[in-house]
Amino acid sequence: MSAEPLVLPEPEIQWKLPPRGRVGMFGLIAAEAAIFTIFVVAYLFYIGKSVTGPTPREILRVPIFFTICLLSSSVTIHFAVKALSGGNIRAFALRWILTIALGAAFLAGTVREWRHLIYDEGLTIRTNLFGTTYYSLVGLHAFHVTVGLIALATVSLFSLLGYVRDEHAEPVGVLSLYWHFVDAVWVVVFTVVYVIGR
Amino acid sequence: MSPTNIFAPASTSAKWIFDLSLFVLSVTAVIFVVVFALLVYAVVKFRRRWGDDGREPPQVYGSNQVELAWTVIPVLIVVTLFLATARVVTAVQNAARPAGAIELIAIGHQYWWEYRFPGLNVVTANELHLPVSDPARPSPTFITLLSADTDHSFWVPRLAGKTDLIPNRVNKMWIDPTEPGLYLGQCAQYCGTQHAKMLLRVYVDSREAFDRWIKEQSQPARTGGNVSVGQKIFESTSCINCHTVQGTVANGRFGPDLTHLMSRETLAAGAAPNTPENLRLWIQNPDALKPGSRMPPMGLGDRELDAVTAYLLTLR
Amino acid sequence: MSTDAMPWPRSQPGARSFPEKLHEWVTTVDHKRLGIMYIVYGLVFLLVGGIEATILRIQLMYPQNDFVSPQVFNRLFTMHGTTMIFFMAMPLVFGFANYLIPLMIGARDMAFPRLNAFSFWLTAFGGIFLYFSFLGANGLYGAGNAPDVGWFAYAPLTSRTFSPGHSTDYWTLALLVSGFGSIGTAINILATVVCMRCPGMTLAKMPLFVWLCFVMGGLVILAVSPLSAAQIMLLIDRYLGGHFFDTQAGGSAVVWMHFFWVFGHPEVYVLVLPAFASASEIIPVFSRKPIFGYPIMVAATVAIAFISLSVWAHHMFTVGMNSNGNIFFVVSTMAIAVPTGIKIFNWLATMWGGKIDFETPMLFCTAFLFQFLFAGLTGIMLGSAPFDWQLGNSYFVVAHFHYVIVGAIVFCLFAAFYYWFPKMSGMMYNEALGKLHFVLFFIGFHLTFDVMHIPGLLGMPRRIYTYEPGRGWDTLNLIVTIGAFFQGLGILVFVFNLLWSYFFGEAAGSDPWDAWTLEWSTASPPPAYNFAVIPAVRSRRPLWDLKHPEDPDWRYE
Repeated sequence: MSAEPLVLPEPEIQWKLPPRGRVGMFGLIAAEAAIFTIFVVAYLFYIGKSVTGPTPREILRVPIFFTICLLSSSVTIHFAVKALSGGNIRAFALRWILTIALGAAFLAGTVREWRHLIYDEGLTIRTNLFGTTYYSLVGLHAFHVTVGLIALATVSLFSLLGYVRDEHAEPVGVLSLYWHFVDAVWVVVFTVVYVIGR
Repeated sequence: MSPTNIFAPASTSAKWIFDLSLFVLSVTAVIFVVVFALLVYAVVKFRRRWGDDGREPPQVYGSNQVELAWTVIPVLIVVTLFLATARVVTAVQNAARPAGAIELIAIGHQYWWEYRFPGLNVVTANELHLPVSDPARPSPTFITLLSADTDHSFWVPRLAGKTDLIPNRVNKMWIDPTEPGLYLGQCAQYCGTQHAKMLLRVYVDSREAFDRWIKEQSQPARTGGNVSVGQKIFESTSCINCHTVQGTVANGRFGPDLTHLMSRETLAAGAAPNTPENLRLWIQNPDALKPGSRMPPMGLGDRELDAVTAYLLTLR
Repeated sequence: MSTDAMPWPRSQPGARSFPEKLHEWVTTVDHKRLGIMYIVYGLVFLLVGGIEATILRIQLMYPQNDFVSPQVFNRLFTMHGTTMIFFMAMPLVFGFANYLIPLMIGARDMAFPRLNAFSFWLTAFGGIFLYFSFLGANGLYGAGNAPDVGWFAYAPLTSRTFSPGHSTDYWTLALLVSGFGSIGTAINILATVVCMRCPGMTLAKMPLFVWLCFVMGGLVILAVSPLSAAQIMLLIDRYLGGHFFDTQAGGSAVVWMHFFWVFGHPEVYVLVLPAFASASEIIPVFSRKPIFGYPIMVAATVAIAFISLSVWAHHMFTVGMNSNGNIFFVVSTMAIAVPTGIKIFNWLATMWGGKIDFETPMLFCTAFLFQFLFAGLTGIMLGSAPFDWQLGNSYFVVAHFHYVIVGAIVFCLFAAFYYWFPKMSGMMYNEALGKLHFVLFFIGFHLTFDVMHIPGLLGMPRRIYTYEPGRGWDTLNLIVTIGAFFQGLGILVFVFNLLWSYFFGEAAGSDPWDAWTLEWSTASPPPAYNFAVIPAVRSRRPLWDLKHPEDPDWRYE
């Protein structure tokens, strides 16, 4: 029975299943979303419960500019992938680098904000519940941005070396899904930390 | 059969839980018997017989009517069980506090119980006395549950369902005992090395006996004026860092209040009977009775040990 | 390619030295080999966890026993629970899923073979790391050694104040690492089932085994992630001075409980769904009928998965939630009984009117049905919150969950072992030894876990290293311990059977059970590429269609 083909008499069927990479990325996004949900729930639960120390209202400055940077990077990456699937490698490479620049700007903004909070306002992860939940949530997000930037930079490197072609639009598109997820998480984190929590 | 049998309730809430449990048990028993019988029948009737012709039986793929029936019936059963349950949940958790209620604060420690009757000026440890409650003029005890360190749980099966003691959280429960007696229990939430020996002894007394106990427990230590050698040693070593003896300089809060130590039948939250030998052993080497407890060996010489023991034996 | 006894598929002919064989296995990305490695790994930890349990039971045989110290006892029950759930049950479940899913859907491998291997090694490392704690976790005052905080590691017992040294960190990190491995495997299962089915196999035509593993994968993604998040928070507390669960700084011990049980409850469904999966393949084949009500079985599975995400605080009925909170979780807990009961009835209806062969796999599955019925009913009792205020945290709960984990999950895993061992090894196991294993284990299981309910009803809490005499618990604990030895004996017979049959058994052929799903259409063991030609299917039982061309399934589905 082993090597005999198992074919049942029937007409040709149309058989197209979703691409593996995309489904796998959705699975990863679901898992990450669950992790972020727990950190968000902890942040929300502990609002107002710090026993000591500075409160969000006293010291948080809303990072409007850097948020715009990050959210715009979703737009640029979308058009980058579109350019690649259309075969326009140069446009893709330019928009991709612009995405990285915007993401790096966001990270720089986070670094700036944390310097201010730690050195000027005295808020660290161990100061109080606000400090713990704030640095954990924003830090977890920043970590995901960093990983994303490393992946994006790797693709940039390949494209500079001339290895990226239009048939790579699918895997590059899958990577952009991750980047969109990171941006969507920031929308939630921003709302929770800078709007609700203050 | 057992002093901690959940099916032998001796209080109002334990009785409500017992009644609910009988209902739940009956319903689940009926379900079990019916399905068990069907399974046995299937196993017996539809086993392959010896000498079977080897043909496949009729291939049945499903049946909408049957599947509907065995969806609807379980839903109805679940709704019934839920309604009966919800009633008891509300009755227990939202019970009104009558005028004659006793206030008690119970604080869980690793590995002992602290009791404070705030209105009655009593602080004691490990062995609790409560008044029996007369249905005509109820006097249940309403307990506020706190913890000084990790999670614990107060479980005296014949008197109430268990409620946890959680640090940084205020929990409440009530006990409305209906029969006098001694009721046993123990900590029911793993709290560390000696979780197993954090026992509970609750004496439900007549009202008169309870009032007498309260009166005795609220008195400071009676030492008859003379400060014994043992008391001097006790007060000059680290004993007083942890222990309180009312009316003396000892006012530590980490360990149990010892003012009326000899009114208790057991030591170390039930780890050993309260005898002079055990008391001496406990002070000398707590690990012999309760390894891993928070009491350190006091490192006293034999004569000092005898003196301190003798002093403690006077704390009635 | 013959179907003669040929132990492992080889990519090149000729004898291979031991280092070469080892290298092949260590670097493999073949789902079948990874599946076997997961299974062997799980079996090893079944033995380790069983030894731990035996020591616990010997200590509890008599009141005030001193077979082990309280410190050792507390480490052992922590390690026993952690081992059995994360390094016995999950690897076994992932092992069978990994091995069988591609074969059952007519694919050549999982969607991401390298991720598959990576996930396996993460899980494997996690287990070894956890056990290294016995050697390496020394901290202050020698208070290191294996973790002793219970498998659910409640705060603040896990804070540095109450758990100095590194024992808790071994627990946290081992599970964090293996958790990522589990998530990786789950993503792989999802992508494989969605993207790699052979032509004609719509979702409605997949074997139930594949459906149940698919839903299990989704649950892992949604449930293990919260545990990882909570463990990161615990590490932040312990090492960066965070206050997530620091009750002295306003943190909440109850928040840990919520986060843990949001993982913990779906986790038990992660373990039980693959058990159901095996039963749903074995019971039809040994009753000679298709599964009764396939669509409803799928719907019930999805319903169970959804509802299981909403029941978690029934582990927290004694924590002091208000009456509305408690009532909500009573509703959701009792609701999950409905789809679960439906499944029992469907399995019963599958057997009804059939011609049942009680060989070893079916013996284990039949026992599973009785036992899971009983376990589900004790679960209903625990779901009635006031009843749980007495039963919770007692030996009644310990008996209940062992009834599910051993009586349902392990019994189905044994059934799966016997059913698919011929496929995986090419050899038939010894049926007489299989029945002996069943008898011994059945007796031991019931001696231990039936009786174990009673001390709980008589007030015996869990996680105590000894107990007072005179509470009515003494004889009962003795009987419970005796049962453990019968179970141990049964497992030894089982391991002997596997090894002996592998080396000296008879060749099994590709389809020893006259079954109907695709894995039985290829050689035993299957070649590395699974199928010479990717099959196309038209019904849920493609081999039935082939064997009964006059009466194929696709006419009736």
